[in-house]
Amino acid sequence: MTETEQLDDDVAIEAATEVLPLDAWHRAKGGRMVEFAGYWMPIQYEGIMAEHLWVRENAGLFDVSHMGQLALSGDKVAEALETLVPGDISALKPGRMRYSLLLDEDGGILDDLMITNEGDQYGIVVNGAVKWEDIGHLRENLPDDITLNHNEDYGLLALQGPKAVTALARLMPEAAGLVFMQAMRATWNGHAIGISRSGYTGEDGFEISLPNAALTDFADALCAMDEVKPIGLGARDSLRLEAGLPLYGHDLDPAIDPVEGDLAFAISKRRREEGGFPGAARILGHLADGSPRKRVGLLVDGKMPVREGAKLFDGNTEIGVVTSGGFAPSVGAPIAMGYVPRDHAEPGTAIAAEVRGKRVACTVTAMPFVPHNYVRKAGA
Amino acid sequence: MPRYYTEEHEWIDVDGDVATVGITDFAQGQLGDIVFVEVPDTGAELSQGGDAAVVESVKAASDVYAPVDGTVTEGNGQLEEDPALVNADPEGEGWFFRLALSDKSQLDGLMDAKAYKAFCDAL
Repeated sequence: MTETEQLDDDVAIEAATEVLPLDAWHRAKGGRMVEFAGYWMPIQYEGIMAEHLWVRENAGLFDVSHMGQLALSGDKVAEALETLVPGDISALKPGRMRYSLLLDEDGGILDDLMITNEGDQYGIVVNGAVKWEDIGHLRENLPDDITLNHNEDYGLLALQGPKAVTALARLMPEAAGLVFMQAMRATWNGHAIGISRSGYTGEDGFEISLPNAALTDFADALCAMDEVKPIGLGARDSLRLEAGLPLYGHDLDPAIDPVEGDLAFAISKRRREEGGFPGAARILGHLADGSPRKRVGLLVDGKMPVREGAKLFDGNTEIGVVTSGGFAPSVGAPIAMGYVPRDHAEPGTAIAAEVRGKRVACTVTAMPFVPHNYVRKAGA
Repeated sequence: MPRYYTEEHEWIDVDGDVATVGITDFAQGQLGDIVFVEVPDTGAELSQGGDAAVVESVKAASDVYAPVDGTVTEGNGQLEEDPALVNADPEGEGWFFRLALSDKSQLDGLMDAKAYKAFCDAL
């Protein structure tokens, strides 16, 4: 018996696998460690299914310290960033964050990222697997008088699930005052930390940036609570898939532009009118006329999972490919996302996926597969 | 009824000329929650080391190989409805398929329980 597919199978590991600050903590909690994005990371503790369902009902703590935490400071940072991403960064108020996309000159997606206006600087969180490329791209393309700081002294934890706010408020009551996509600074045990109400599961939750030296105590304080368990990468992947959220390097890559990736919401209204971002001609054309292909959700008939790489067919014609897929614990069935031509992207369209030479019926569906539970109003 | 094991973590129970095949407790533990099992069709001719079945956990699809040559006499239909049986009882109710042995001498090359345990301990 050998694994023919796994989460990290196409992540090139060029250098020696690195150890995260919480490595010993994960191992002590029973985490099964795998190589991911160049780091040893826990894929699961008690089991992906149980962890996934726990997050949907309670609260789960994820270590995402492999992600790159960058900060840009200097004059006219927002204007400079807008030459590289299609979001309205100038309109982003202090304490607010926005999902955006780092684009190459053809409008292809180099990474997806979160940009936060922290008042005195802009915080950017990028994917771990491409953070060094992102840093190089930013350094090369931003004016020299803008300072880019890669904060390797800080880790990043995500606390996700309907009980996340209850748990976190015990440690810092002010966090409960944030709504989705708001961020603030705080102190915990004398450490300067950053908190945002955001995440990658579709549930309410928070992402907390804190010094490496504080990570173990903070993780212990949360996991001592009845609502909180540590959650591995496996459940992170199944949760984000159900939430319809793309995974960079799988569902998004430099051959795909934001419209194809079904991320047109990340192209702000003013930017659509003014252009001025990389690949604007292609992207604005796709916005006006539709892109030739589009990322869609797929409901899979039966129980056989349809995974990344499965070809998609309409009759005998190959029309596309699955970029993420697997069993969805909260749906109780296999689901997938992938790329199909525009004329097959309408929800309800019947197509088929090929798995081990067999055809599996799939139906194009709107995403998310499981409704988002974001908290958009204070006190809600 | 002697039971043999492979380095690919299959077990095979031999009863005369017929054998029952499944994956070991060690294997199910490594895979985690099993959500789908594809067993071979009755009548399928399997050859030692060749693909025989597929087991899928939440995160991955894995091949199950034939421990020996043989002709499939029965697949475990229960796994279609309840693939988690492989987690709950991997070396009992969670069996994958039965086959008529073509060459019993191939069994000599497999491990017994003691040798398999030593093999797993060394992993």
